Amino acid sequence: MEIKLIVFLPLLAALIAGLGQRYIGAKAAKIVTTGALFASCALSWPLFVYFLSLGDLSLNDSASRTMIVPVLDWVKSGDLVFNWELRVDALTAVMLVVVTTVSSLVHLYSWGYMDEDPDQPRFFAYLSLFTFAMLMLVTANNLVQMFFGWEGVGLASYLLIGFWYKKPSANAAAIKAFVVNRVGDLGFMLGIFGLFWLFGTVSIPEILTAAPDKVGSSVGFLGYRVDTMSLLCCLLFIGAMGKSAQLGLHTWLPDAMEGPTPVSALIHAATMVTAGVFMVCRLSPLFETSQFALNVVTIVGATTALFAATVGLVQNDIKRVIAYSTCSQLGYMFFAAGTGAYGAAMFHLFTHAFFKALLFLGAGSVIHAMHHEQDMRYYGGLRKHIPITFWAMMAGTLAITGVGIVGLGGFAGFYSKDAIIEAAFAATGPWHMYAFAIGVFAALLTSFYSWRLIFLTFFGKPRWEQSEHIQHAVHDAHGHDDHGHDAHGHHESHDGTAGYHPHESPWSMLVPLAVLTLGAVFAGFVFHNGFIEAEEGATFWVNSTLAFNAHLMHEMHLVPMWVKLASTVAMLVGLFTAWMMYIRSNDAPARLAANFQPLYKFLLNKWYFDELYNLIFVRPAFWIGRQFWKIGDEGIIDRFGPNGSAWVVQQGSRFAVRMQSGYLYTYALVMLLGLVAAISWFMVQAR
Amino acid sequence: MIGIEHYLVVSSILFVLGVLGIFLNRKNVIIILMAIELILLSVNINLVAFSAFLGDLTGQVFAMFVLTVAAGEAAIGLAILVIYFRGRGTIAVDDANRMKG
Repeated sequence: MEIKLIVFLPLLAALIAGLGQRYIGAKAAKIVTTGALFASCALSWPLFVYFLSLGDLSLNDSASRTMIVPVLDWVKSGDLVFNWELRVDALTAVMLVVVTTVSSLVHLYSWGYMDEDPDQPRFFAYLSLFTFAMLMLVTANNLVQMFFGWEGVGLASYLLIGFWYKKPSANAAAIKAFVVNRVGDLGFMLGIFGLFWLFGTVSIPEILTAAPDKVGSSVGFLGYRVDTMSLLCCLLFIGAMGKSAQLGLHTWLPDAMEGPTPVSALIHAATMVTAGVFMVCRLSPLFETSQFALNVVTIVGATTALFAATVGLVQNDIKRVIAYSTCSQLGYMFFAAGTGAYGAAMFHLFTHAFFKALLFLGAGSVIHAMHHEQDMRYYGGLRKHIPITFWAMMAGTLAITGVGIVGLGGFAGFYSKDAIIEAAFAATGPWHMYAFAIGVFAALLTSFYSWRLIFLTFFGKPRWEQSEHIQHAVHDAHGHDDHGHDAHGHHESHDGTAGYHPHESPWSMLVPLAVLTLGAVFAGFVFHNGFIEAEEGATFWVNSTLAFNAHLMHEMHLVPMWVKLASTVAMLVGLFTAWMMYIRSNDAPARLAANFQPLYKFLLNKWYFDELYNLIFVRPAFWIGRQFWKIGDEGIIDRFGPNGSAWVVQQGSRFAVRMQSGYLYTYALVMLLGLVAAISWFMVQAR
Repeated sequence: MIGIEHYLVVSSILFVLGVLGIFLNRKNVIIILMAIELILLSVNINLVAFSAFLGDLTGQVFAMFVLTVAAGEAAIGLAILVIYFRGRGTIAVDDANRMKG
């Protein structure tokens, strides 16, 4: 019963806040949505704890712990029969906790961050709507319901990226996100159609039960004979790639940073983009039937992890660095899934939600303090001005870089990322060493760009005076604001502050930071046994569709010591390099960029993916569109359709006008001619 | 010997003159009225000529009717013309093109 409350409270709140904002006011709308989300969150945690505590039950009977709560009959059409049901198992419980926790904290955070925005009820309604759609996705018991949630989060993402609709760049980013996701959705839809065609049902448990029987069958596709399961899994994975911004379909995610920062934290870091990983884990028995599909998942995931991490090295926008970091971490999750370590993938999803949301909300707090300046080149020295944000960001960075001591413990990322890297080493698939090598190298890059962000933002001397935003702020303060700013006129040009004083964010923004800091510090330590330890993990995941590989998780602990140390060493090297370049000698980055100009440009332009797509897809699409427009529409349809008939009428009437001279004798002549013609006709007839 | 043909030729010439009088005249509306009279008279000649030729008096009676109607028509036409002149200040045919589309 409580699952219905968890799922539908956000919807109810979204409807009340979205449709009733005019009657209840902005404040009430914010209270309703935030309250509903906190209620949802409070109901989710007991469910999660319940599944975690099932460990002492025997493995055999606990499969029945999965709860299926019917909501409505949905479709009964010939063979296609499915109902609207909420499925609650261990996998769902994990996602419920992640979604509702991050969402409720983001709601609270938005009270502070969006304080000056005139459209707050709309913003909160969108946030709650998103949460509802995400909950529909994770509780889906059939693929159509999952697709409903899938599209719902896509819609909410579109609305929220384009929330500041007066900004052309935000609109463009929203459209880009929507269109790129459609490409992935096409794959997902084809996958669903294929599964229905093959199994005659869209119910996830039935499909997963029947899947092993179809191994080895083949089907004609685009003129080739291909293995059925590989084809279907690859199609489904294309959907996951679109939603989770994997290499090829990743271009929308960095642009999505045009949206408000709480949205980036909720949708584009913690929840929606992990839907692809969730889907692969939910359907993991299906993916297990095709080694080819798993290889694809591994290669795409690992390559994305590398690609995004390299691009993240040179970005200057604080949110874009974190966005590429997200993209890279999603790559980790995918290659974990691809190598069979689904438990590790879900564990990384879980911890990543906390520390990445923390990093984004921290970045939002910095942006808030710096008067909407997002360029890290104009930060510096913020540690003393916004200490709470600094320590929260530090916790997030320690978590994402995986700081910890082997055998003793560490931050959240230490457990989950190391588990992924070790699992990749211990796995048996043909591409596991590729994934392992990239995992370690990307860990180095992760460490470098994360510390670069911290050093550029919080350490060194202030470089604020070059920022237009700060100059505006200071100028406005001079002009209109006369409280508390009278002393700063003297030291404008010496210390780089331009006389600006950053303020720590209000408590509504700091409380979510504090809670997420707890998550970033302790989530790994507290939950790693339940998620990835061979026996406890097996008893936890048996209550779900996740194909937990206890053998691999066991092997993972037996990897050589150098493997266990590899990621820690990579982290230290990254930290040291960042320290050398951004603290020791400030001119090193510029020199490096000058020495490796082509490489730097290559990375700065994100491997030229946008340019490439522009060339391959966008321009030809525009060209085709223009041809259809100019030749097809204007040249043929308009010319011979409306314009043509108008032309005929015009010419006809011009002739008719000429006949209407108005002179009596013309009419008489016509009359006479008509008469003569008529008489001649009758005379000829008569003969 | 003057036969029916001569009458018909004369009446045709008169008819064509009347018709052309309507078309070619650009000056005066009264001339149009006169041209109409001319057409009616040519018709009358026809009627009387056939009446005499066929020995049937009906044609001549009909000619009398036509004359009567023509007189009435001339009276009404002239009355309209007077009104028209009061309104427009001219009775030139070239100026009477208010019906132009």
